[in-house]
Amino acid sequence: MKPTNTSDPTYFHKVVDCQWACPAHTPVPEYIRLIAHGRYTEAFLINWESNVFPGILGRTCDRPCEPACRRGRVEEKPVAICRLKRVAADNRGVVDHLIPRKGPGNGKRVALIGAGPASLTVARDLLPLGYDCVLIERDRKAGGLMRKNIPSFRLPVAVLDEETDRILDMGATPRFGEEITSMKALLDEGFDAIFVGTGAPRGKDLNVPGRKEASDNVHIGTDFLSAVSFRHIEEIGKRVVVIGGGNTAMDCCRTALRLGADSVTVTVRSPRADMKASPWEIEDAEREGIPILDNHAPKEFRLEGGKLVAVVFEKMRAEYDDTGKRRLVPTGEPDVVIPCDDVLMAVGQENSFPWIERDIGIDFDVREAPVVGKVDFQSTRPGVFFGGDAAWGPENIIWAVAHGHQAAISIDLYCQGQDLMQRPAPTTTLISQKMGIHEWSYDNDPTNSRRLNVPHADPALALRDLSMEVELGFDPGQALLESRRCLNCDIQTVFSTNLCIECDGCVDICPVDCITFTPNAEEAELRQMLRVPAQNTDQDLYVSDTLPTARVMVKDEDVCLHCGLCAERCPTGAWDMQKFLYNEAHASTARLPEQEKKHVA
Amino acid sequence: MTHIVKPQFRHPRLATNSQGLTRRDYEGVISTLCAGCGHDSVTAAIVEACFELELPAHRVAKMSGIGCSSKTTNYFLNYSHGFNSVHGRMPSVATGANLANRELTYLGVSGDGDTASIGIGQFVHAVRRRVNMLYICENNGTYGLTKGQFSATNDRASKNRKGLDTPFDSIDLCNMAIELGAGFVARSFSGDKAQLVPLIKAGIRYKGFALIDVISPCVTFNNHTTSTKSYEYVRDHNHMIGRLDLVETSAEIEADYAPGTSADVTLHDGSQMRFTKLDESYDPTNRETILPALERYRQRGEVATGLLYLDKREADLHELIGTPDQPLNEIDERALVPGSGPLAAINAAHR
Repeated sequence: MKPTNTSDPTYFHKVVDCQWACPAHTPVPEYIRLIAHGRYTEAFLINWESNVFPGILGRTCDRPCEPACRRGRVEEKPVAICRLKRVAADNRGVVDHLIPRKGPGNGKRVALIGAGPASLTVARDLLPLGYDCVLIERDRKAGGLMRKNIPSFRLPVAVLDEETDRILDMGATPRFGEEITSMKALLDEGFDAIFVGTGAPRGKDLNVPGRKEASDNVHIGTDFLSAVSFRHIEEIGKRVVVIGGGNTAMDCCRTALRLGADSVTVTVRSPRADMKASPWEIEDAEREGIPILDNHAPKEFRLEGGKLVAVVFEKMRAEYDDTGKRRLVPTGEPDVVIPCDDVLMAVGQENSFPWIERDIGIDFDVREAPVVGKVDFQSTRPGVFFGGDAAWGPENIIWAVAHGHQAAISIDLYCQGQDLMQRPAPTTTLISQKMGIHEWSYDNDPTNSRRLNVPHADPALALRDLSMEVELGFDPGQALLESRRCLNCDIQTVFSTNLCIECDGCVDICPVDCITFTPNAEEAELRQMLRVPAQNTDQDLYVSDTLPTARVMVKDEDVCLHCGLCAERCPTGAWDMQKFLYNEAHASTARLPEQEKKHVA
Repeated sequence: MTHIVKPQFRHPRLATNSQGLTRRDYEGVISTLCAGCGHDSVTAAIVEACFELELPAHRVAKMSGIGCSSKTTNYFLNYSHGFNSVHGRMPSVATGANLANRELTYLGVSGDGDTASIGIGQFVHAVRRRVNMLYICENNGTYGLTKGQFSATNDRASKNRKGLDTPFDSIDLCNMAIELGAGFVARSFSGDKAQLVPLIKAGIRYKGFALIDVISPCVTFNNHTTSTKSYEYVRDHNHMIGRLDLVETSAEIEADYAPGTSADVTLHDGSQMRFTKLDESYDPTNRETILPALERYRQRGEVATGLLYLDKREADLHELIGTPDQPLNEIDERALVPGSGPLAAINAAHR
């Protein structure tokens, strides 16, 4: 293999698994260390800079960082990153004076349609540059799906209001309670750019016998959740069946319980392992006593006297063909009849754009989805951008934020007449953490403590109250214990070939056998030649230049503890522990003068 | 030295041996030696060899004296017996222990000071008596614990860190051991585990006195450019006379050597040693020719490494003096107290 090019920022960035997995590339280990030190405000601001909604995401994020966490490969469970984020938001000090305001007007007006996470992120990034950001929202309040589809027992309204207001207060121009019915008309208003962040609000329906006849008692999940959030629905039948296996289904069943249902049953077509809901949301629903029946495909809504009395299900089983493609086939077992009064259907969502005329240069593909550039988020009509669920269908909040950041960069470039594909580079720093002999600026002694469970509210109370938050969050003591579990993967092991005397000290001390000195070979062969063969091909090998003995140093990044013992055992300083800080470029920081950047960061 | 305890986490796919143990189960506490010390590599090689030999750690006795090297017995085989003796007196303690319990595996670790200076009188007699043990001398040519004076194994050609010469000739422990009747004599280098680990394995399996003189650089006091025991010097002047592999009887020997250059030797316990010559002219089983050959290497400034001498007879102290077959603590009362009849016979023999 060729020597690893560590000057390419992607190499060390990939080692920071959590940050690499985060769509917004939040510098996770950096803020976790701050939390361990009780510096919650700084931890909050790092999050606010990267993912805009620390309090909201600290409760509701889909947490792609956690399955990626190295701790999960070394021990059993990853660091509770999401819960730690919430600790920063819950315990921070006053930040109002640290939040930038709208910059001196630059004469450009941008319309942001839909005041959900994507549009709010665009506004956050463009306001400091002096853009007039006009947020147009059908509802009376900002938040989009975060307000309508996430029940308040998971996300308190106060947290949501605070974080959406923080952006509005920067100086956005709200046009709330106004529904856009024609893109053409909006274009005529003469905005310099338009961003469509309208989400994927249309819940899918199921066409099974009895659906139409039973429509009084069959509700689309997302519509049901928003009706509950705006208090249009305040009660539900005693027996409720929820159809669907995603996070919306989990929110629906728990909401139904709190509206007074006696028995709630979730049914899923597919096997349990294939359910789309996050494992912790399934866990939360089951903890509240809600059964989840998998392999149940709805076959018929049964009515008596014109009223829904039951749903009939066909039992299914998954079969896989040679290519591994799944097919659900009936098992032939007798149908399952579940008596019920109301049905909530959460079988998927889609974006829909009946309000965008098809003759104004915005192209849609055969599936009626807009054609959007993967890098610049621009539609086929210059100056019109899409992001969040509106772009490619349902994802989650953190993806919407990541889209928002990129769209803001594009809008800025577009309004300044620059090439949209010349994206600003991320900023990176790599600095030695050595403080003295065997002393490092970070806590290099990995703790053995196991992942902590977050405390929950008393179910006797929580199950009756729609707005009582179930998860209580870690207290500062628990946060300290949990944050110490972080392996500091951003503190990189940096190797200097010219200093190495090949004494083997690092090889001998490494607790997880990461390091091997070996003759070089092609990657596949080299992976087999290591002290412990490197089977996890998602993780890179760090290969040095050729050493005096014609060998190379190869480090398998997979389960490195970043404990720094290699550097402590090295007599010549060929190993050093250096902090790699990667900051994704944002419109607000990429173009501001240095002094202003510091203020924003 | 490192301030933290070595983390307990280990690689999730770390191999286990037939004892159900991983390599890390043969480790001891974390080393307090200088960063980069050759002795830590020897420790790691011992750990590796014991893991590969699948030794039950509780059947091993670690013996040592005083010095940086003698501290290292604390850094491997945490679940073994150990005796850290007075300076230079490890050979007699090991001899006594071995006589008392012949069934343990004896592993002595010493240094050039402990062996070639204060303990040389002890060392030579353990060799002579063919005590069944592996004696590893971690040889760095300097007194590290007392801040870098020349030791008795320091070569005439080697200067100290401040450029001073030594007026004395060095003691070559391998030559001495061959002359005194050691059965297994090898020299190796701490920076070459591929050579060292098989030598340790074979030395442990060998019945009789086995010596491995390991050149183990002292990074603090004897790793400068004018030293003959530095990493760089040993790498540049290393003359490997052969490669040794040890295979258990059940395992197949992988024959990837040129034909006609290798010889197999079966040890007393059935394990196979395969010796592959890298130097055609050197025959490690011929006592007549090896000492002149070693002298030639020395004169050329080469460090001859590998298995230098092997006595295939494998006789140890117990055979030489006819001790009982079982450890003393297993001899029952009837054997220990034979009664008045035999006592009378013994007394009669002295009249």
